[in-house]
Parts: sequence; C-alpha cells; structure tokens
Amino acid sequence: MQTPTLFALLLLLILVAYGTGFSRAVGAARSRGGIRSLASLPSYYGVHTALWCGLPALVILGFWLVFDDAIIRTLVMGGLSDKPGSVSGQNLLYAQIQNLAAGNLVGESTPQLVAAAAHLTSLRQSGQWLQTALILILATGLGAFALLQISPEMRAREKVEKVLRAILLICACAAIFTTVGILLSVLFESLRFFQSVPVTEFLFGLHWSPQMALRADQVGSSGAFGAVPLFTGTLMVSAIAMFVAVPVGLMSAIYLAEYAGNRVRAFAKPLIEILAGVPTVVYGFFAALTVAPFVRDVAQSIGLEASSESALAAGLVMGVMIIPFVSSLSDDVINAVPQSLRDGALGLGSTKSETVRKVVIPAALPGIVGGVLLAVSRAIGETMIVVMAAGLAANLTANPLESVTTVTVQIVTLLVGDQEFDSPKTLAAFALGLMLFISTLVLNFIALHVVKKYREQYD
Amino acid sequence: MTDLTQKQVRERIAARLASRHRKEKIFRGLGIASIAFGVLAVLVLFTDIISKGHSAFLQTDIQLEVTYDPAELGIDKIDDESLAWANFDGVIRAALRERFPEVSGRRDKRELYSLVSNGAGFELRARLQENPELLGKTETLWFNADDDVDTYVKSLSESEEGFLGRTSEQKAGWIQALRDSGELKKRFNTTFFTNGDSREPEQAGIRAALVGSLFTLLVTLVLSFPIGVAAAIYLEEFAPKNRWTDLIEVNINNLAAVPSIVFGLLGLAIFINFFEMPRSAPLVGGLVLTLMTLPTIIISSRASLKSVPPSIREAAMGMGASRMQVVLHHVLPLAMPGMLTGAIIGMAQALGETAPLLMIGMVAFIVDVPHGVTDPSTVLPVQIFLWADSPERAFVERTSAAIMVLLAVLITMNTCAVWLRKKLERRW
Repeated sequence: MQTPTLFALLLLLILVAYGTGFSRAVGAARSRGGIRSLASLPSYYGVHTALWCGLPALVILGFWLVFDDAIIRTLVMGGLSDKPGSVSGQNLLYAQIQNLAAGNLVGESTPQLVAAAAHLTSLRQSGQWLQTALILILATGLGAFALLQISPEMRAREKVEKVLRAILLICACAAIFTTVGILLSVLFESLRFFQSVPVTEFLFGLHWSPQMALRADQVGSSGAFGAVPLFTGTLMVSAIAMFVAVPVGLMSAIYLAEYAGNRVRAFAKPLIEILAGVPTVVYGFFAALTVAPFVRDVAQSIGLEASSESALAAGLVMGVMIIPFVSSLSDDVINAVPQSLRDGALGLGSTKSETVRKVVIPAALPGIVGGVLLAVSRAIGETMIVVMAAGLAANLTANPLESVTTVTVQIVTLLVGDQEFDSPKTLAAFALGLMLFISTLVLNFIALHVVKKYREQYD
Repeated sequence: MTDLTQKQVRERIAARLASRHRKEKIFRGLGIASIAFGVLAVLVLFTDIISKGHSAFLQTDIQLEVTYDPAELGIDKIDDESLAWANFDGVIRAALRERFPEVSGRRDKRELYSLVSNGAGFELRARLQENPELLGKTETLWFNADDDVDTYVKSLSESEEGFLGRTSEQKAGWIQALRDSGELKKRFNTTFFTNGDSREPEQAGIRAALVGSLFTLLVTLVLSFPIGVAAAIYLEEFAPKNRWTDLIEVNINNLAAVPSIVFGLLGLAIFINFFEMPRSAPLVGGLVLTLMTLPTIIISSRASLKSVPPSIREAAMGMGASRMQVVLHHVLPLAMPGMLTGAIIGMAQALGETAPLLMIGMVAFIVDVPHGVTDPSTVLPVQIFLWADSPERAFVERTSAAIMVLLAVLITMNTCAVWLRKKLERRW
C-alpha cells in the first residue's frame, strides 16, 4: 500500500477507534445508571482509545519514512561486490540503480546493475508490505487493547491529559532541539574544517581565497583561509549601518514618544514600520541597482575613486532596514520610563529637550543599549543585502568606497551550487557559520540580559 | 551675588533662555528630520521599484501572417512525432521575410529573425496541435516580441530617442514600420503570471516561484502553528518555574535573534546531508522556515495567552474544570485571534526570507511549476535574487515587477493581521 493511502487508512482507523471507545464507554455505563457513573466524560474514553490506536502507529510511520531510504540503500549497496571507494562515486552508482529501477534507461547497464535494480525494487516492495502490515497490526492491536481496558472506573481524562501534556512539553522543547541541531551541525563540520586548516590561521590569517584547485599540480592549489578580511568587512558594513540606524532610529523614537501628537504618531509610526516588513532581497536589489550607482556617481563627482559594489552602499541600505528595529525597541523603553520622572524635570523648569536628554535617555539607557546590541547582531547576520551589493572580493581595507566581503556573503558563495562535504572549501562555510552563531549568540545574550534587568527596575 | 543688579540677572537669564530655546528647536528639528528620513526612505524605495517595474506588466507583441506550409514545416501529417520535428521557426522566419521582402544578406536576415521571441515556434506548435485543420492555411497571429525589441519600444514612450542597447538602427527602422502600420502593440503581460522561469526575459514568469512559495508556506504553516501554539501553552500555563523552563525560555529568545542564514546551514547539514531529503524541495524549505518562525510564533502566542485575564481561568477552575480543560475550552479560544495574528506575521516573515533557502538549493533554475512538496522548486524571493543577477536589461523590470507582486502579497497579509487584531481581539 502506498504511504498516503496508508496514512488515510490510519486516520480512518483513529476515527473508528474514537467512535467505538465512546460508544463502549456509554454501553458500559448503561447498566449502572447512565454516564453519570463514568469516571470521565465518554468523549475522553473515545480519545483515549484513539490515542492508543494512532499515536504509536504514527510515530513508527514517521521513523519509517525518515530511515526507509537509508536502510534500503545500505542493503542494496552492501549486495554489490565491486563499488567505487569515493562517496560521490557511490552516489552516482546508486542514482544509476535507482534510474534503472524506475525504468529510465540511462547509459549502458551491466548485469550487476540490473540485478541491483531488481534487488532495489523487491526491497522496496517488501518494505511497503512490511510497513503496511506493521502499522495496521499495531493500530488495530493497541486500539483493541485500549477498548478492552474501558470500564466505568478507568480515569480516562487523566490519562488523556497526561499524554497531551507530554505532547505540549515536546513541542516546547523544539526550541532546544533547534539550538542543539544548529550547534551540532556547525560544530561537527567546523571541527572537520579545523583538522585541515589550523584555527589560528583561520582566525588571524590575512588572506582569504577559498578556491581549491581541481588537480594537485595546479598553481595555487591550496586555498587560503584567513578570515580577517571577512571579519573587518562585516564590521565595516555593520558600522556604517549602525551609523545610519542608531541616530535616525533613536531620534524618531524620541520624537514619536515625546513630541508628536496622536495624528502624526498614527501616520508616521506604521509608515516607518513598513521598512521592517520589506524582504531583505528587495533591499538588496535596491542597494545594487539604485544606491550603489548613486554612491559611485557622487564619489566620482567629488573626485574619489569608488567601485560599483561598495561597502558604503550596502551599509547605508542596511541602516535603513534596521531603522524601524532600533526605533521600535527604543520606543518601548522610552515609554516605559515613568511619567513622574518627566514631570519632576519639567517642574524644575527644564525644557522638553533637556528633560529628554538629561532624564529620560539616562533612565532608558540600558534598554537602548540592549536594543542597539540586538540591532548590531542583526546587521552582522544580514545576508541578502551584502550578497547583492557588497561584492565578493576579500579586500582588507578601511575605505568604505571599496568593495568588501562579509562572513555571510562567503557562506552563501561557498555553499550555493553543488558541493562535496569533504572539501575544506565547503567546510569553511560551516566554520564561518559557527563564528556567526557564536558572535550573535553572545550579543543577543548580553542584550537580552541588559533589557531584562532594566525592565525589572521600573515594573 | 550682590555685584549683579536685578536687571543684569534678568538679562543673563533671558540670554540663556534664548539659547536653551534654540537648542530645544534644534533637538525637535532633528527629531522631525529623522522621521522625515524614514518616511522618505519608504517613499524612495517604493517609487524606485514601481517606476522600474510597472512596465513589465505590458508586453510588446508583433503581428505576423503565418502560413502553415507543409513544405516549410517539413511534415505532411499531424501527429506527435512529426510535430516534435517540424520546423516552426522556419514558418516564423518565412513570415518575417514576407513582411520585409527588401531584407537580404545573411546577417541582416538573422537580425530580422531576432525581432520575434524564439518561443514563438512553440506557440505555433501548440496551436497546430490543437487545430490540425490549419495545416496548409494562412492566418494572422500576434507573437511576443524579443526582449530587446520590447525594451526599445517601451523606452520610446518615455523619450523620443529610446534606449537602443543591442538594437541596431536598421532594426529600429523595422520596428518603426511595424508601429506605423499597427502591427505592433502592447498588451497585458499574461506570460509573466502563467510561465515559469526562462533564460529569455519575454518568456519568463513567476508562476513556478509563486506555487513554490505557496507549497513552502503551507509546510511552514502546518508545522509551525500547532507546534508554536503547543509550546506557548506549555510554557505559559503548565511549566513549573525551574531551571529547565528558564533554559527553554532563554533558548527561544536567542533563537529569535539568530541570523536566518544559520538556519540554512542547519537545514543543509541535517535535513539534506544527514536525513538525505531531496534538495530544492519545498518540504525542506518549509522545515527550515518552520524552525526560523517558531520563536516568533511562540513569543506572540505567549503574549496573547498572557492577555487572557486570570479571572477566566479562576471561574472555569471554580466550576470544576481540570487545568487542561481550562486551557483548551476557555483560554485558548479567547487567545486564538492574537495567535492567528502572530502566525500571519510569522508567515509574512517566512515568505520574504531568502538566505536560508539558498543554502538548501532552492536556487535551481526551475521552469516547471512544482506539483508537490517534494518537487524541485524555487520561491518568489529567490526568483527575485536570480533575476537581479541576470544581465539582460529586460530582467530589471521583471525583477521589479516580481518585487511588486511580493510586496503586494506581504502588505495584504500584514493588513489582514492588523484587521484581524482590531476585529477580534478583546480588551479586558
């Protein structure tokens, strides 16, 4: 039976289990004077039966789907007498076998391959049978077991709620699984990378050119993996972005919170927040096609040398992107400053701007700093704008008019397209990802800590 | 103190007051300037995109009188095999030669042939397949013009000169002749909405990317909404206050600020490399985006659970409901509008995301519209990224047009979220 049909059948079984559980509970209660004598409402007996019937079967089915292909592949490849040693060669061979099994004729086929294809088909068929049988037996068997358990004394509601609570807990742990997944995936590949390239060279090397030679005798066959130019490029673009976003975002937040009337606020706030909803690829397009040529023309008109992909253009546009982020975070903390502080300062005769500068801002400072740190971590991790507008050349430069490259740009260029997981070039991307993850994690951690601590102060 | 007369004091205060008021004005002006900068950025961004992209919704067509000449086609009957081999380009070329009989010489002829999109032959084939009785007959049809012609004609309406680009003076003359005789017109560009990607700008469309986006979002929604709501319910209603709960909370807050590209790395290493899921598939894209949007959905769901007043819980509890019943029967329905709003905003975020999808290979050149969540496909933002890299000038307007479509969808989603919040959310 095909998996979708099996799935549909399983759903049907679950519904049937619910129905029979429900009616059996009602039936069991009838002789004792109606459903009042049941420990739980009849629907809970139904759900209890349905859970027994469906949950284990669904879990097994899920695991089956995940590991099915891998197991079949190991069996098929294990049956082959001579096979290529390299991973890519094996992949190619297996793809050929799959094609043969699917009936597509590609290239010449040896008797061995035909036999392997037949093996694959038979394995798949028996796997399908086994799956259907296992799932159906499990579902009906456990469903029947649960049905037999039903008695008016059984506390069905508590059992059901226990299961539901466990499911809720598993969902809540999804965040932990994700973090662990990220850590494991970047950490393992990074460790493999650091086996071929020393950590010190990666962290302190000044030269980045990850192109690996195809042949050993080629000129410059070993790539250089010194990531300092990437770090400086990232820092420069982020600094330019912050230079735009922090003053503008902060000042607009102050104006909206302290000066603006309701009408201006109702008009300007959503308009600025549109900037936060624009996808980054749109900013990238805007930066590459409109801002970068504009920056180049302006620079040339005042006699400066500028490349068509400059750190300045990417940074400016990134700054615009981050404005709403800074402004809404600052808006929150400024509004959280108690009115009594303002009233006190105003009552002593200070002007509004003096109140803001000398009372409100100092009081809100931890929150603002936290917000700015979060904005920095966003700028560091931003990808599409720099990919489209900052360029690929790993220049170690302090000139914002030159093209620079960033950590995220290199991750994208190293990993887009086909790659093999045994070359340092691919693994380098994961090492960069690890750097990115750690630095943003540290920034976020500090920022959240600062913000949280501050919030407690005035609550 | 005594040295200063009252008058002097008053003067000093007046002078100081003037400077303080000046500073006040400057400060206020800076605030207004910041707001103006933000608003200006929005306006510049949108006008730039719209001014570049609006022209892509029109496409230039050329009228030709084509003869389904069996000799030119090289077939004598209509069946699948002969249609596959038939020389439909030859028919188009013959029609062009007939329209401009004065053109001679190989180079000139080749230039003449490039007036019409090289997808015209496929259109003819489809037409002949549907109407086999046309063989040997003549009819007048409109064909997509080549993208260079299209760009030139569109630029003519903006200025007298027009943007020639790769178009030669001679070709411009032919175009002028066609324009004068009404054999060239602009129509609404339906191709843009019905076709998949193509190397030829005049045949490129966003249909495949839109459908890919739809499938990806579907996977994301089906996974992230239930999991996010369940996690929020656990953390808000059931979790005991202990180290583990704190750890989960810190984790969620941190994940919300992890760069999206890192989620792409996770998808590549775990889903594709370890579990060997198919590359470029909406299924994997949806999984990655699920992990990315989960924190957003959990945080907003928790906020809306928190806004349900405790009196509701106490009342239900007082009537003898269990904690699970309190949550599922009373708190959850009241918190649902807020959760839905959060989910829509999370989906809008996922729809605009590009970087993690590049990692899992959704950058492939996809012509066919995907039919399921495991078919190779691309999504709208990635399509925009790919087109933005294309050198043809005609792709610039198509990129902008695709951006307009994307922004329109996003604005609709966000407006829906705001409307939903206003309409359904209760203030206690």
